[in-house]
Amino acid sequence: MAALNKPPVTEAGRFNGILTWVDQRFPLMALWKSQLSEYYAPKNFNFWYYFGSLALLVLVIQITSGIFLTMNYKPDAASAFASVEYIMRDVPGGWFIRYIHSTGASMFFVCVYLHMVRGLMYGSYRKPRELTWLFGVMIYLALMGEAFFGYLLPWGQMSYWGAQVIINLFGTVPFIGEALAVWIRGDYNVSDATLNRFFALHVVALPLVLLGLVAAHLMALHETGSNNPDGVEIYNDIDPKSGHPKDGIPFHPYYTIKDFYGVAVFLIVFSAIVFFTPEMGGYFLEANNFIPADPLKTPAHIAPVWYFTPFYAMLRAVPPMFQSQFPGVAVMGAATMILFLVPWLDRGKVKSIRYRGPKYRVMFTLFIFAFLVLGYLGVEPTTVWGQFGKDVPLIGGDYIALWVARVLTVVYFAFFIGMPFYTASDKEKAVPKRVTW
Amino acid sequence: MKKILAILLLAIPFAVLAEEGDPVLDRAPIDPNDKLSVQRGAQIFVNHCLNCHGANVMRYARLQDIGLTEAQIRDNLMFTTDKVGDTMTTALDPKIAKAAFGVVPPDLSLAGRSRSPDWLYSYLRSFYRDPASKTGWNNLVFPNVAMPHVLTEYQGVQALEVEQKMEESTGDMRVTKRLVLEKKGTLSPLDYDRYTADLVNYLAYMGEPAQTSRRHWGILVMFFLAAFAVITLMLKKEFWKDVH
Repeated sequence: MAALNKPPVTEAGRFNGILTWVDQRFPLMALWKSQLSEYYAPKNFNFWYYFGSLALLVLVIQITSGIFLTMNYKPDAASAFASVEYIMRDVPGGWFIRYIHSTGASMFFVCVYLHMVRGLMYGSYRKPRELTWLFGVMIYLALMGEAFFGYLLPWGQMSYWGAQVIINLFGTVPFIGEALAVWIRGDYNVSDATLNRFFALHVVALPLVLLGLVAAHLMALHETGSNNPDGVEIYNDIDPKSGHPKDGIPFHPYYTIKDFYGVAVFLIVFSAIVFFTPEMGGYFLEANNFIPADPLKTPAHIAPVWYFTPFYAMLRAVPPMFQSQFPGVAVMGAATMILFLVPWLDRGKVKSIRYRGPKYRVMFTLFIFAFLVLGYLGVEPTTVWGQFGKDVPLIGGDYIALWVARVLTVVYFAFFIGMPFYTASDKEKAVPKRVTW
Repeated sequence: MKKILAILLLAIPFAVLAEEGDPVLDRAPIDPNDKLSVQRGAQIFVNHCLNCHGANVMRYARLQDIGLTEAQIRDNLMFTTDKVGDTMTTALDPKIAKAAFGVVPPDLSLAGRSRSPDWLYSYLRSFYRDPASKTGWNNLVFPNVAMPHVLTEYQGVQALEVEQKMEESTGDMRVTKRLVLEKKGTLSPLDYDRYTADLVNYLAYMGEPAQTSRRHWGILVMFFLAAFAVITLMLKKEFWKDVH
């Protein structure tokens, strides 16, 4: 075989022998070079570029801590709640593992949201990186599923009623809704059967999907090369002497070292939460979830965990039509699905927000504002800002927060649906030939 | 200083609650590092709460956390079992409880987390006499609660005073509810506040026994990570010197 004729490894000092042996049987050096030491990345990555590698770190943290939790957790309605407390009290270091996992769930979304904002800001979804973006959106959807299934497992009041509410959303689908909800639950109510299947999905099915998608996301990225804050294609400007992009530097060691620094700072934040405020004021672990699930007692206020609340606010903002909640559910679904279309909605000539015109900047700012305020409104009851006065025409007596959410839902969709128009007609600036540095 | 602060906090007059909305809660003057207070709270808990409420995930042996020896735990705090590895279960049969109170008294293992310490502290001090209720007791923080005032021996008997006042400027009626001590208990009001604070301190501890060691570890981890961040930053700067 030709493989045995591969040149021996010479750059590894006393490990040359063993690496040569491996390399003749496995494409070790080729992988190392193509993915790391000779993967050229733009040299002008800024703060926003930490969150991709950090999201990957959190994935590893979640899988590792999850394995240890699974060793002691019991997916059984009668003992699930107590088994979590068993982990918290009787398993050595169990509280640490559990808080890592609960903090990791929220921090995963923090990283992914910042990573997505980065992608939108700098046009990382644009040609030729459309597939990287699509895989990314799929990761986001899988992550939402993973978080939702995992949230049922502690079997507290919020776990139970949160799942009840979300599954009932599927029940609103016309014609097949009720059957669909029963199919998901495996029962007419959220019950032991539901807990068991959610456990299976949470610890086996979705982690596998996530890992596969992450691999695809990275492979697609490394095929096209990375975008950068200027949106300049560095791979079109090759230095004839070295044969590498003029504005590129090898990912390893430059970005591996830099990301280590990012990891250190991130771990400081992460650990501060784990050790000093694991409940994060009720946003990461809700007080109601320290009460065992009780199918007969509905909590007064059911709110999803913070990372779902923008969509939850949209759901509530849409009024029922034809005596069905389905329009709200459809809007909520569309709000995530529309992300798939972004690469083809953008008609701008430049990628980065740095060279976009005023229209895009205004729309982008409004979009971020809408998302954040919707996120806040989703946590609070609709009564939070009180009612309009009775004498206000049309909306008199309605809840203010409800109407704000309606307006912001329109803003959210306007950012995407209007994109082909405002990006095409925007007054963009000239993009430099080389990255700014 | 801490002591003065605690006394000041205790001395703040309580029980002025507005009619609308949630009752205003008092800040629980508790300190999880005050092991003597947690110990006193544990004693109150096993003597007065454990009769009806269990703490099914809390092991007696765990009380070694708060500075007690196994012998001390066995001699002073255990009535229903003689194995320190057992959890704090109640002797009350749930069926009898249901018949007597209408509800099964909830397990209190996690009461310090599902209810905030402030809530517990306010709740335990807000019982008042109410002939209209089934037990003869009611509570400002938890209206129509099924539990009678178990600690009345110490606090005494409070009565509810409702004051209605028209606000001159707006013409709105303002309802103020106030609790007044009708009959003295064995403890002065200030001592009863301290007594309930000890109990709440224990409940908060029991909600998460690992919390004090969690914070201690946290400080070590912070120092380590801070050093790690500095080293990685220096390393990054060194490596990036040749990027132009």
